[in-house]
Amino acid sequence: MHRTGALYGQFETLEQQKETASLGMWIFLVTEVMFFGGIMLAYTINRHTSFHAFAMGSNTLSLPLGGFNTVVLLASSFTMAMAVWSSQTGKKRLIPIFLTLTILLGFVFFGVKYVEYAQKFHNHLIPGKNFDIRYCVNNPSKCEDIQPDDLAKERAEIAEAFEADPDLNAHAQLYYSAYFGMTGLHALHMVIGAGLLFWLLRNSMRGMYTPEWNTPVDLVGLYWHFVDIVWIYLFPLLYLIDRHK
Amino acid sequence: MSTASRTGTAPALKLPEKHYLNSEYGLRSWLLTTDHKRIALLYLASVTFFFFIGGFFAMMIRLHLLTPSGYLLSADTYNRMFTMHGVTMVFFFLIPSIPTILGNFLIPLMVGAKDLAFPKINLLSWYIYIVGGAFTLYSMVTGGLDTGWTFYTPLSTVYSNSAVAPAVLGVFITGFSSILTGLNFLVTIHTMRAPGMTWFRLPLFVWAHYATSVVMILGTPVIAITLGLAAMERVFGLGFFNPAMGGDPILFQHLFWFYSHPAVYIMILPAMGVISELIPTFARKKLFGYHFVAGSSIAIAVIGFVVWAHHMFLTGQSTYAAIAFSFLTFLVAIPSAIKTFNWTATLFGGSISFDTPMLYAFGFLGLFLVGGLTGLFLGCLGIDMHVHDTYFVVAHFHYIMVGGAVMGYLGGLHFWWPKMTGRMYPEWLARIAAFILFVGFNLTFFPQFVLGYLGMPRRYHAYPPEFQVYNVMSTAGASILAVGYLLPMAYLTWAAFYGKIAGENPWPATGLEWKTPSPPPTENFEVTPVVTWEPYDFHNRPDLGLDVPSHTGVMPVPAHGHD
Repeated sequence: MHRTGALYGQFETLEQQKETASLGMWIFLVTEVMFFGGIMLAYTINRHTSFHAFAMGSNTLSLPLGGFNTVVLLASSFTMAMAVWSSQTGKKRLIPIFLTLTILLGFVFFGVKYVEYAQKFHNHLIPGKNFDIRYCVNNPSKCEDIQPDDLAKERAEIAEAFEADPDLNAHAQLYYSAYFGMTGLHALHMVIGAGLLFWLLRNSMRGMYTPEWNTPVDLVGLYWHFVDIVWIYLFPLLYLIDRHK
Repeated sequence: MSTASRTGTAPALKLPEKHYLNSEYGLRSWLLTTDHKRIALLYLASVTFFFFIGGFFAMMIRLHLLTPSGYLLSADTYNRMFTMHGVTMVFFFLIPSIPTILGNFLIPLMVGAKDLAFPKINLLSWYIYIVGGAFTLYSMVTGGLDTGWTFYTPLSTVYSNSAVAPAVLGVFITGFSSILTGLNFLVTIHTMRAPGMTWFRLPLFVWAHYATSVVMILGTPVIAITLGLAAMERVFGLGFFNPAMGGDPILFQHLFWFYSHPAVYIMILPAMGVISELIPTFARKKLFGYHFVAGSSIAIAVIGFVVWAHHMFLTGQSTYAAIAFSFLTFLVAIPSAIKTFNWTATLFGGSISFDTPMLYAFGFLGLFLVGGLTGLFLGCLGIDMHVHDTYFVVAHFHYIMVGGAVMGYLGGLHFWWPKMTGRMYPEWLARIAAFILFVGFNLTFFPQFVLGYLGMPRRYHAYPPEFQVYNVMSTAGASILAVGYLLPMAYLTWAAFYGKIAGENPWPATGLEWKTPSPPPTENFEVTPVVTWEPYDFHNRPDLGLDVPSHTGVMPVPAHGHD
């Protein structure tokens, strides 16, 4: 992406240059769809074979936190769209404002994700030697983040699930591998996105983006929306399916 | 062998004063170049390097199999040799070879552009390839790899006692190089075409690369995430593909082949593109059924994505799935056959000259036919039960990958060598080398069909004595094949510096790349070309210097065909 909006050597016209950059971004996003598609397929197949463990895994996630993060990301998509709109309509002073809002919302998402990850760590839900899906049920005093009502419900469900699948503890680790793999990959994409947003912010404060030339804002916008859409799939896959009523 | 002899009056040929090779000097001008032609040469050097590493492993395998009990290697070392042969050849030679060397060099020239759409990404893709290659080389020198090139789990993730993680990481990284190349080609073909270069005026080489790029961008991310998960499984003990932890090893095979079968089309489609250029050029005739050959490339890419499970007929999938995949496998033979018939039909009534590239094209036609038809045997459920995991399979895919892809690659390299270097290779030596290659190849791999049918399994380090005669033939063939590879490497390198000056269009051929000096200037064309002619139309191209008598309409054989 060019900083001054001049024509690169290999192109004949600015229009061709813009069309090329935009097509390149779309094709890149197609490869990203296939990339996430692979891990989502692995998740779906394993969910099918280890059904009880995966349903139990979903139960241990926090719906309020996940739901809140979904709203945060959707809001960040809105502010990103506004940043693109501002650059297209020449509202030069609005661009940095909307970009800053987008970055802030991104960091709110990271914050909530941190809280969630920390809870999982605390509650012995990291795949490995010390993984124990019954840790909170057996040690209620150590899991202060879970309400006593929910814990009672969970206790009954876990007992039922263990009856259906004696290897539940092993299979639940698959669920958590997928959870950390998918949300981790998504978070990595957000970190890259945040880096790009900071770069746009610096350039927009220098007044670089005009209605004539705003390709970088447009393309980073596409990327940011894509990362949002990934979450829109991850949220139901991980949090919602077969959750207890 | 020059335009001088064709027209009889033209002055002695000279190299252009300024071209992409002498526009800048120094290591920096190569390592930081964004010129697609220079990047193609960077790829040429590195891909050739990996080809000879893979070739070394192949020689070790063949030498070991000379005797039934095998004196050369231990069983364990043998496992490593065939694995590293496969990994090197598939991921670091066959997949990048034609696209990143010939495709990189030619696509901008063929569509009439100054460069690819994203020159910096093009250079980045070469660096990613080098980094991936370095990881895999590291695995090879620190214990090697013994999982088979397919990295099947849980062998690769749990049980293998070799350097799996760096090799898998290397292949994972190299995948991104492939993705970026595919992306660059797709965008270039869409947006960088010169005025008048409509979709159906594109050379078929470009169509083939379009189809290849589609496979690259849709397939490669899937193998990336799959190998990523497998590496995580080996390093951190995740259980997706490990049955002991509730995972599913068949899932790995599905995901692996979802990429790795289409990857076969990444190897063969560009070679088909090369053949589609060679045959009309040396038959001096318009390619028969241009639209069908173009469309069949796309059809192969599309159908190629839904045949993967024919690699898994014997690994516990449902019979109904196997029947469906068998049917789809037969389906992909149709566009391949369309191509083969159309090439053959193009030859009919042409004025054929037997220059080296054409010899490779003929070699391709025959070998691809054998490789393709034996592919149908394997796609047939009943026969596959019998020959699955035998040398029959090894022979089949070597007919496609070596007989097809490598023949196409070498044919293309000879054909465009004058464009890349400005100089001709020594014609007679090259013809002899092509002949040696053809003989060596058949002697190496045809006996393997017999071996496989008789029941010799692949990947075994020892075999019953009654198989020895075929194995001796195969090993003898492999040593002839080695000569056939070393010869072109030697004389092409020589020709790049000392060969006869080629001139703009020595064959003559019809593509845009032949309408600029050889070697081309850095910006490819002095003025952006405007295309007003149809592809492979020798009759309406007076600029080629072929005089077509209007009363017969038959193309004369150019002088150099006889010299």
